Amino acid sequence: MLETKNINFYYGSFHALKDISMVMEDHTVTAFIGPSGCGKSTFLRLFNRMNDLIADTRLEGGCLIDGQDIYQKSVDVTQLRKKVGMVFQKPNPFPKSIFENVAYGLRVDGVKDSAFIAQRVEESLKSAALWEEVKDKLKKSAFELSGGQQQRLCIARALAISPSIVLMDEPASALDPISTSKIEDLIHTLKTDYTIVIVTHNMQQAARISDKTGFFMLGELVEYNNTKKIFLNPDKEETQNYITGRFG
Amino acid sequence: MRKFFEKIIEFILTISGATTSIVILLIVVFLFKEGSGFFTHPEIENGYALCVNAGNPVNRLTPFQIKEIFDYEIEDWQAVGGNEAEIVPFRFDEIFSRYSDEELGEEYEFLPEKLGEVIRETPGIVAFLPMQYIPKDQPGVKMLPGENLHPADFFGGKEWLPTTTPAPQFGLLPLLLGTLWVAFFAILIALPLGLGVAIYLSELAGERMRNILKPTIELLAGIPSVIYGFFGLVVIVPFIQKTLNLPVGETAFAGSLILAIMALPTIITVAEDAMRNTPSTLREASLGLGANHWQTICRVVIPYSMSGISAAVILGIGRVVGETMAVLMVTGNAAVMPHSLFEPIRTIPATIAAELGEAPTGGAHYQALFLLGCILFLITMLVSISAEWISKKQAHKKGF
Repeated sequence: MLETKNINFYYGSFHALKDISMVMEDHTVTAFIGPSGCGKSTFLRLFNRMNDLIADTRLEGGCLIDGQDIYQKSVDVTQLRKKVGMVFQKPNPFPKSIFENVAYGLRVDGVKDSAFIAQRVEESLKSAALWEEVKDKLKKSAFELSGGQQQRLCIARALAISPSIVLMDEPASALDPISTSKIEDLIHTLKTDYTIVIVTHNMQQAARISDKTGFFMLGELVEYNNTKKIFLNPDKEETQNYITGRFG
Repeated sequence: MRKFFEKIIEFILTISGATTSIVILLIVVFLFKEGSGFFTHPEIENGYALCVNAGNPVNRLTPFQIKEIFDYEIEDWQAVGGNEAEIVPFRFDEIFSRYSDEELGEEYEFLPEKLGEVIRETPGIVAFLPMQYIPKDQPGVKMLPGENLHPADFFGGKEWLPTTTPAPQFGLLPLLLGTLWVAFFAILIALPLGLGVAIYLSELAGERMRNILKPTIELLAGIPSVIYGFFGLVVIVPFIQKTLNLPVGETAFAGSLILAIMALPTIITVAEDAMRNTPSTLREASLGLGANHWQTICRVVIPYSMSGISAAVILGIGRVVGETMAVLMVTGNAAVMPHSLFEPIRTIPATIAAELGEAPTGGAHYQALFLLGCILFLITMLVSISAEWISKKQAHKKGF
């Protein structure tokens, strides 16, 4: 379970997230929508502490995974990131073979058992619906794959270390419609094993794949509710305006 | 009016571009023209020839054999393909100790005759004589045909003695190997150091530290090489001599050290640029999978920037191979085949710089130095081309 309590986040003096509190249940897909620069990606990156990499940022409030505050000093960031996988906006495979891309997380974790690694690679590629397409060319460079395949490879890479949560930052925004629908199908099946949080610009996508949707605007969480409710009968006027395309 | 000025400026720019290209082309053409002229020179000193007794079956002596004979290193004709007999080297001046001035005649008109006599009477003789006094038509005298300098002797020669008589030795190998020897160890020293600093600068140093260090390192590249040589001569050479207890401190090692320092800025800046060009998305992907900082550097940043790092190394080699002044000052300049790091050696650029002033224009020595220049040019060109090729490969790799 993911939970935030009165989160405030600053880039220098810029107040990027304003007093956000929300709860995301296990084995659900939660989508964040909102206009560009509304803070939804920043919010997503809190959960694997990716924002730590950016200089001059500040966080207030509590960010909890299964009841534990992940910003406590005692938390090992690398262990946290093994539990919280991430898929980025643009496919970003390493300049390595397909196999080594998926095995990367295991290798940096110190796994030496090559039979186990091979098994995890196969399982992860199958979970990411890529196995059939690449099983004969695992030794080939990951750059030989198409953009959509590369993105599914990145998903497989994230799944290989058996996270419980997968964060997706606009995972289909750089892909064509067919690749996008494959990714969406994939998210649907992954839900049974993982908790998924996804940021998207595409409102139809949010409506298709998510159980709950949060609408962000100007650093505030305007509305957070069941996806059906948000898209059919939102409580707030801003939400209504945004999903009907009146602005944003 | 304005259009007219623009036209003029355009014209001037075109002309200056064309002139620069032509000048560079001319330099290269001149270099190769002079260099290729080397092989049109005779093997032994111009205006001289070698004569042997007519009974001697030997018809050809290589420059190296001639030198060894006149140095009394080869003493038997058998060693150069003749019959078993002692070799008697004979230099022209020796005739004056054998015959008085009267016997040779007032105008030395009897000199060839007397020379012929000596050659006839000494079966093992090899005489080094000026062309004008050669006893050509006398019985019992055989003049060895003077051949031109041979590429095999140049490229395979192990001695560089351009001013010895009768046959100067133009062996490329000691100089070429000296150059590569010094360059190799310079890179061996500079590479780990340079990469270490590059990794520190790109991955570990804070913004403020980098802002101090980077300009300092770039400043290193701008120091004139004679200053490096001066520093090497005054500090490094005595230091090496004392600490290693060597007879001389001017060694290949001193050259390698100085060159390593000189190659560092190139290696550091190019490698650091390559590493900083690693996309942040790749770093984030690695960190996002639970890799720590070091694992990310070793497994993602360095492999990704490998071609940039290789280019850095190759550019460093280019800098090192062509460096003249500093090496000339600290390596001791002994043109011998390199055996150890702690002996004097000599490089191609140092040879050219040291000897060109003394070589008579247009002579074999002079053109040999140009040929050395051609070889140096080819080496550095090869280096630049491979650097270019590798960076192109890198650009291709980034196309995703």
